[in-house]
Amino acid sequence: MSDITSQSLFELTSNIKEKKLSSGEITKAFIDRAQKSKKLNVYVTDNFEKAIDQSKKFDSNPNFDLKLPGIPIAVKDLFCTNGVRTTAGSKILNNFVPTYESTVTQNLWSQGAILLGKLNCDEFAMGSSNETSFFGNVQNPVGENLVPGGSSGGSSAAVAANLTPVTIGTDTGGSIRQPASFTGTVGLKPTYGSCSRYGIVAFASSLDQAGPMTKNVRDCSMLLEVISSFDQKDSTSIDYKRNNYSKELSKDIKGKKIGIPKEYRVDNMPDEIEQLWKNGISYAKDCGAEIIDISLPHTNYALPTYYIVAPAEASSNLARYDGVKYGFRSPGQNLIEMYEKTRSEGFGDEVKRRIMIGTYVLSSGYYDAYYLKAQKVRQLIKKDFDDAFSKVDAILTPSTPSSAFKIGEKTNDPVSMYLNDIFTVPINLAGLPGISIPAGKDKNNYPLGLQVIGKPFDEQNILNISYALEDKINFKNDISDWWLSE
Amino acid sequence: MSIDLKTVKHISKLARISIDDEKANKLKGDLNNIFEFIEKLNELNTDNVQALTSIAETTLRFRKDEIKSENIREKILKNSPEENKDFFVVPKVVE
Repeated sequence: MSDITSQSLFELTSNIKEKKLSSGEITKAFIDRAQKSKKLNVYVTDNFEKAIDQSKKFDSNPNFDLKLPGIPIAVKDLFCTNGVRTTAGSKILNNFVPTYESTVTQNLWSQGAILLGKLNCDEFAMGSSNETSFFGNVQNPVGENLVPGGSSGGSSAAVAANLTPVTIGTDTGGSIRQPASFTGTVGLKPTYGSCSRYGIVAFASSLDQAGPMTKNVRDCSMLLEVISSFDQKDSTSIDYKRNNYSKELSKDIKGKKIGIPKEYRVDNMPDEIEQLWKNGISYAKDCGAEIIDISLPHTNYALPTYYIVAPAEASSNLARYDGVKYGFRSPGQNLIEMYEKTRSEGFGDEVKRRIMIGTYVLSSGYYDAYYLKAQKVRQLIKKDFDDAFSKVDAILTPSTPSSAFKIGEKTNDPVSMYLNDIFTVPINLAGLPGISIPAGKDKNNYPLGLQVIGKPFDEQNILNISYALEDKINFKNDISDWWLSE
Repeated sequence: MSIDLKTVKHISKLARISIDDEKANKLKGDLNNIFEFIEKLNELNTDNVQALTSIAETTLRFRKDEIKSENIREKILKNSPEENKDFFVVPKVVE
């Protein structure tokens, strides 16, 4: 049997069910490795002691009918966990201990999973490199001083470094798919309304979705099956029949029509990414898929639209951080001064920038010019996809315009940081499901990903296409464990 | 169009985030760069386009108005920044 922490979720659950491994052994293995991996800075808060107790409890009375029987899992620190500190990577929530549980994490525990701890992320999920976190940047296990992507950077690094078998992240403009691409892992953003947003620290409510981040496509289907559910507590949760994604997973994609959008060929895109895309196309053909050239004419307008819609919603959502009911408070002579000092000291620079953008575009006299305009362009972007999906079953693109970059390389130029999400943002604006799978490496040996985009609620189809491609690509991450200490 | 220092200060007031002059100047530069990038949307004529207000094409559900959680006062006050068992405490508001 291979080393416990390098096993997939599928292998671990099989080994538990066949009684070859206990939950206690598995949990201890991940904790031991985490203790030697502090250099990566993936954990904001660990739950190790309780996790060991819970694993013993599971072993003394195991239920092998559950989908995640005694499996330890660390989650992004954006999910509220009852009794375990939840910070959203922000000073303003540094001391916040929720008294309730997010629906998505509750779904994990209901299927037998055990909380290992809370993973680092960009502050309020605003960032593409995990560098905006109040708790410091995260190292990408792929190479030293490399960003793990963001905002789910602690999550992507933890999966790639074998510190958790799988994890869940959130994706507002690419925050699951871009870090997955940067770390050679799999990340899926479900259709808007598939996973409940209840108990997730809100960023931009019309875009936010939780989703699985895993080592491979099969694990991804297993985890999606657990976290996707209809929830009365989220008014935008959609009541539809969800698939048994792992059971229906199939490499048979013969006759599937896959669209290739010409607008995703952007200026200055490295040749390696162009080549990666071509390889993906030829693998899809080998699997019997039909390749169709398509156009998504408003692609170039997606990022500017996103940088109006997301900050506008964020500025409204973050109005709740006033130092009154929970979180950090800075004292003031009067109520207004207390608000202003609390928010000034409690939020980091990127969050303040986005609140300011959002406040401006929603302010009197500018609403029509910016916010309304962006909502109209968002309609055009959605229509592009509607038109495309009348001809194809799925769309194949690169996940990101580059591989992982160095820590500090883009921190002084917000716009160049925003450009990271050029291929992922349109999917959030249109509410579609998208998955990033590792598809190759660049000249530095850093991973690169391909993205498969599907019709609303057609997660099964993009999982199947990814499953078929994964088999052909046969990606190996070959991470050297350079960060381990005794 | 460009955003001047006065506007930056006005927005910070609306957003209830106090900023000093040095920060305001830095933000002015950042915001102008970002808005230059956003202005690209003006290339598009959207006169006859309906704004997209909800991506999930569903109507909001009705539910019965009923009490589901009781005795949650302690839970709600648990994370209060200033200790008090019965209320949230803020600086004096009424003179």
